[in-house]
Amino acid sequence: MQTALSIAMDAFAYGMALFIICIGLSLTMGLMRVVNLAHGAFAMIGGYIASYVARDLGLGYGFAILLAMIGTVLIALPLERLLYRRIYDRSELSQVLMTIGITFCVIGITNYIFGPTLKTIPLPTGLAHPIDLGFRSIAGHRLFVIASGLVVAGGLWFLIERTGFGIHLRAAVENVAMARALGIRTEIIYAASFALAIALSAFGGVVGAEFLPIEPYYALRYMVTFLVVVSVGGAGSIGGALAACLLLGAIDVTGRYLMPEFGNFFFYLAVILVVCTFPRGLMGRARSHG
Amino acid sequence: MTPVFEVSRLSKEFGGLKVSRDISLAMAEGERLALIGPNGAGKTTFVNLVTGRIRPNSGHVRLDGEDITALGPEQRVRRGLVRTFQVTRLFPDMTPEEHVIMTVLQRHGKAARILARFHGDSEAADEAADVLATLGLTEVARRKVGAIAYGQQRLLEIAIALAQRPKVLLLDEPAAGVPSADTPRIEEALARLPASLAVLMIEHDMDLVFRFARRVVVLAAGELIFEGPPADVARDPQVREAYLGSYAHAGSHA
Amino acid sequence: MAEATIRSAAASRPGPLLRDLLGLGLIALGGLAGYLLFPDNLAFLTRLISVALLVLSLDLIVGYCGIASLGQAALYGAGAYTAGIACLNGVTEPFLLVLIGAAAGAMTGLLMGAVMLRAHGLPQLVLSIALVQLLHEAANKASWLTGGSDGLSGMVPAPLFGVFEFDLWGRSAYLFGLGLLLVVFAVLRLVVRSPFGMLCRGLKEDPLRISALGIYAFPVLLKMFVISGAVAGTGGALAAIATQVVGLDSVSFELSANALVMLVLGGIGHLYGALVGTVIFMALEHVVAAANPFHWMTLVGAVLIAIVLFAPRGLSGSLDQLAGLLTRQGGRAGR
Repeated sequence: MQTALSIAMDAFAYGMALFIICIGLSLTMGLMRVVNLAHGAFAMIGGYIASYVARDLGLGYGFAILLAMIGTVLIALPLERLLYRRIYDRSELSQVLMTIGITFCVIGITNYIFGPTLKTIPLPTGLAHPIDLGFRSIAGHRLFVIASGLVVAGGLWFLIERTGFGIHLRAAVENVAMARALGIRTEIIYAASFALAIALSAFGGVVGAEFLPIEPYYALRYMVTFLVVVSVGGAGSIGGALAACLLLGAIDVTGRYLMPEFGNFFFYLAVILVVCTFPRGLMGRARSHG
Repeated sequence: MTPVFEVSRLSKEFGGLKVSRDISLAMAEGERLALIGPNGAGKTTFVNLVTGRIRPNSGHVRLDGEDITALGPEQRVRRGLVRTFQVTRLFPDMTPEEHVIMTVLQRHGKAARILARFHGDSEAADEAADVLATLGLTEVARRKVGAIAYGQQRLLEIAIALAQRPKVLLLDEPAAGVPSADTPRIEEALARLPASLAVLMIEHDMDLVFRFARRVVVLAAGELIFEGPPADVARDPQVREAYLGSYAHAGSHA
Repeated sequence: MAEATIRSAAASRPGPLLRDLLGLGLIALGGLAGYLLFPDNLAFLTRLISVALLVLSLDLIVGYCGIASLGQAALYGAGAYTAGIACLNGVTEPFLLVLIGAAAGAMTGLLMGAVMLRAHGLPQLVLSIALVQLLHEAANKASWLTGGSDGLSGMVPAPLFGVFEFDLWGRSAYLFGLGLLLVVFAVLRLVVRSPFGMLCRGLKEDPLRISALGIYAFPVLLKMFVISGAVAGTGGALAAIATQVVGLDSVSFELSANALVMLVLGGIGHLYGALVGTVIFMALEHVVAAANPFHWMTLVGAVLIAIVLFAPRGLSGSLDQLAGLLTRQGGRAGR
């Protein structure tokens, strides 16, 4: 019983960390129809910045998260203008190649600057110790990740469903030409969503570093995991991404606990089954006829 | 005589919006029928329903007496229900000859052969040459489709359809986008379609409809509101309402 | 009269056949030059040939059917492992081993196609990755059969034609590989010019048009997956015979991604690009990656970005364009 509970808690926290990283990717893919394989690279950059701020500069965990988000966005925005904008209406293959190219470059350059070793992000004392929840205790960090995930999901839902920005965003997704005709500056909406997606991935990279350790190959190692989450959940759907993260997180963590010798075997098997059963994702939007 | 093509009480709704309601029509062998309707009348949906791209909520489609409602698009084509496209769908890197050869090979059941040369089947090549000659495309038969005139591409669409030896041919705006100087060539090709072939033409251009069809049906807001000889169309009050009403409507928005 | 010219011309089309013979001659010449110029690097050159087969097989899927795959090494690895296991179990005749590898690749291709063709776009790409990762995990765990992370080793293939040993210098292996490559290439040229090949090109450009001809896409594409699997499996079997080692890297995401990079570098959709891309990529990798693997990654990344931005048709596509320009000008000057 205790084991089952701790597996469940771990799986929940891991799924939430995945969610924070992947939701930005899901939204940009639903919005801009770009297969961005380099999304994990931005999470990794966030992790490196946070590690530098917290460990080398000795600033607090909150500062580390904030600077990681700002710094990653500052790195990503020029890339959006110079590279991503040129592939928005190109073929899927072009998008795959370009973003793999970006990933490779980020890996190579990161290693050149920081070296191949693993980088840690020291946790504040409040999060490093277990917290007693009454019926059992749980690592504070896990609780923090879960809370962050819920806040991100709720915040995004509010932003998209309840604010003016969200209305413009949905209009641009439904019909770009119409949105432009109505005077919506779609390129600003795109850039803002891209920045938001990158900031979230950086945030996820930092708080998820306990599960997905920061090292140069991070961008390639977890590329598959992130893509899987988005295609299982269905691009552009918050609920779908949440469901996919929790499901895949549960399968992955449970598999590791119960059958560690089988590694990721069941994870990929589950992915194949889910994608074959729901080719458009758990909650993906069906493409409209026309 | 059983009709070669029959649509009975075909209905389709998307999320509660009825885009096709109770559409029924029948065509005899060799008949020339035109379907017209204002923009947004549901013509595209009708074509998709008939060709099997989308499934109706109710109603039936019959070809030669056989109910084909449950069949997919490919099966319908194989049974002789063939369509052309409103916007030409051709392969710019292939030649007209190659398009027609591929079509003929498919009819002969040889389209997916690996142990054969595409250009090595003289039977198919001869038949393709005949079809292309019928439509006056011999001269451009070996040019890349991307490099021939749009009017010729439209003729090639018809050539491909004919090479499929259809029983029923659905012409989706066969002259759309063709410069007016070239429309006579298209009309000429249409006039020479095999006499036994039942042709359903979906068209905007009333001049073309008048010269081509002996019977017209009008689709408006997903419903058939008129059926009769072309000469009576313009006098029908419901048709006038549908067309003029839609223009008045559009006018008030502009 | 014009009709008569069409018919007579259809009867005799010497152009493409002559071009293919010329192409095969060039490949043979290049291969023999490699043999004479780099006698100390024959093992590397043999590996290059086996990877070239993998990239060729990927071109069939990506270039001729328009399906992006990041899991092609699943087919290559299936061929390599099956040939390796067969060799350890007493089947040592090299030609038979290649056949076994090709058959295993074809079977895996059938499976992979059946799964991948259920989806489109990103989910399809994810399926390709998941499949290669699944096989990777399976090969890793079934160590009683595959040697696990240590890999498979100790294969001793019988001498070629009963005479030429697969020795330390790798001369027999290299010439064996070169011969295989020539045969496979010739067959593939015929395949892509068959009615089936034309149909695949059509499906890549406009599936709706093909469907309106009454043709089902699924069996056609599945057939291409099987052919592609046979080619990749041949490459894998060659690697197993030549290096006498099969490692987990032969069924990895990394190899799949690299194969895609090589293909795009050379240019997709006309087979020659696959060879050009493989040679350039592996030669550069041989030099740069040996010095610093991370610089190599940065370089590959930059090259990929540059290709997407400036030469979407790959190097051979750009060369084609250049050649087209030159001949057109030459033709004009001649007139």
